Amino acid sequence: MKITRIKLSGSLKLRLPCILIFCIIQAPVHAEYISQAGHPSLQEWLLPDVPPQPKDNPITKAKTSLGKKLFFDPRLSGDGNMSCATCHNPVFGWSDGLPTAKGVKSKVLGRASPTVINSGFNSIQMWDGRKKSLEDQAMGPMKANVEMNMDTKKLFIWLNKNAGYKKEFTKAFPGEKIDAETVKKAIASYERTVVSNNSPFDDWVKGIKSAMTSQQVDGFKLFVGKAKCAECHSAPNFTDSGFHNIGLKSWGDPNPDMGRYAQRPLKLMKGAFKTPTLRDIARTAPYFHDGSAVTLIEVIEHYSQGGVNKSNLSPAMEKLNLSNSEKMALEAFLNALTSPYMAVTLPELPL
Amino acid sequence: MKPFTLITFITCLLLPILAVAAEHEVGQKNKAFTVEKLEIKVGDTVSFPNHDEFFHNIFSLSELKSFDLGSYKKGKTKKVIFDKPGTVEIECAIHPSMFMVIEVK
Repeated sequence: MKITRIKLSGSLKLRLPCILIFCIIQAPVHAEYISQAGHPSLQEWLLPDVPPQPKDNPITKAKTSLGKKLFFDPRLSGDGNMSCATCHNPVFGWSDGLPTAKGVKSKVLGRASPTVINSGFNSIQMWDGRKKSLEDQAMGPMKANVEMNMDTKKLFIWLNKNAGYKKEFTKAFPGEKIDAETVKKAIASYERTVVSNNSPFDDWVKGIKSAMTSQQVDGFKLFVGKAKCAECHSAPNFTDSGFHNIGLKSWGDPNPDMGRYAQRPLKLMKGAFKTPTLRDIARTAPYFHDGSAVTLIEVIEHYSQGGVNKSNLSPAMEKLNLSNSEKMALEAFLNALTSPYMAVTLPELPL
Repeated sequence: MKPFTLITFITCLLLPILAVAAEHEVGQKNKAFTVEKLEIKVGDTVSFPNHDEFFHNIFSLSELKSFDLGSYKKGKTKKVIFDKPGTVEIECAIHPSMFMVIEVK
């Protein structure tokens, strides 16, 4: 991606790449869609094969190959038994199938493991948006004492002594050190290869009428219409990369998770969490940041009621009063967002 | 001093300020601000109308001018007077990619 150089003040200079990336991945917001296979109004839902990359980390085969090894290597954790893939496991839609993640010594953590699928298209990372990019995020779980609990000083000493990894790093980052900078760039590059953009819905958008059933088309109409899902789960990645308090039951717990409020202390952000993508959603149960919904129907039911705990509820939430057939149509549509399974061959790790 | 003279006197004092204070507009459209950088003068007002079909929540946590306009939908606006010189960063709480800068001179 070519970014024009403009002389800017400090904070704007930091934010401009994010703004430009956002402009590329965030389609204009359509007021109306015409629900006919291949219609021009639908084309903004299509995603490219490769997400945008930061200027200082263009994707290469050597980086993704190294990043894959690091992603699946449990020796990046303090006990040598957890890799990135422990919580972001391809067989569970690049999440873990658990309500909330389990960290070091199986400690149950507070939030669900977000999927890696299409995370390269997000303009902000983590449930509370505390990381801006995949690069910013990559070292976090390794260092967190409740997660992978790794002493990164020891990690870099070990990586620098490992002949196999040294060879891989030289190929991926010629002339650069093996350190946090190159490790995070490699992992982020690999994560950008995890893309879902080839679902029956995508085929239907491209013009294949038979790709979706009439029930699924009805579900799409509800999704962008009466049910207002697309207000937040917007094109093309079914997320606005925004923050909303959706009124989950757990918001009423004593000392609830404040979510985005920890990053932006504004009233509306109390209990607000980032909108997740819905692509491959059928593979990433259970749902919500607290893993409280087991099935998609439970999710739809939650929105139909307009939330459960309505204090500080997002103004976008309202009671939808969906009929049973409407709920089933929405569920059918969500199942049309599943791309063909991306089989992953486990890499041979350098000993 | 007679009331009429007093009013005339105060008006004369305020006139130069009223004459230079301008109103600017920074809209929200397609999950972006309509202006990315704006230069205004001390005392100017900026109106933040929402042109999108959904909610925005404009705020600033800048030291110079901290405010939270709350959330509102299409057709509504809220105004802020910028009364000190400096740089103010403006964001949307709901959509963090929305960011703009106001230089108050």
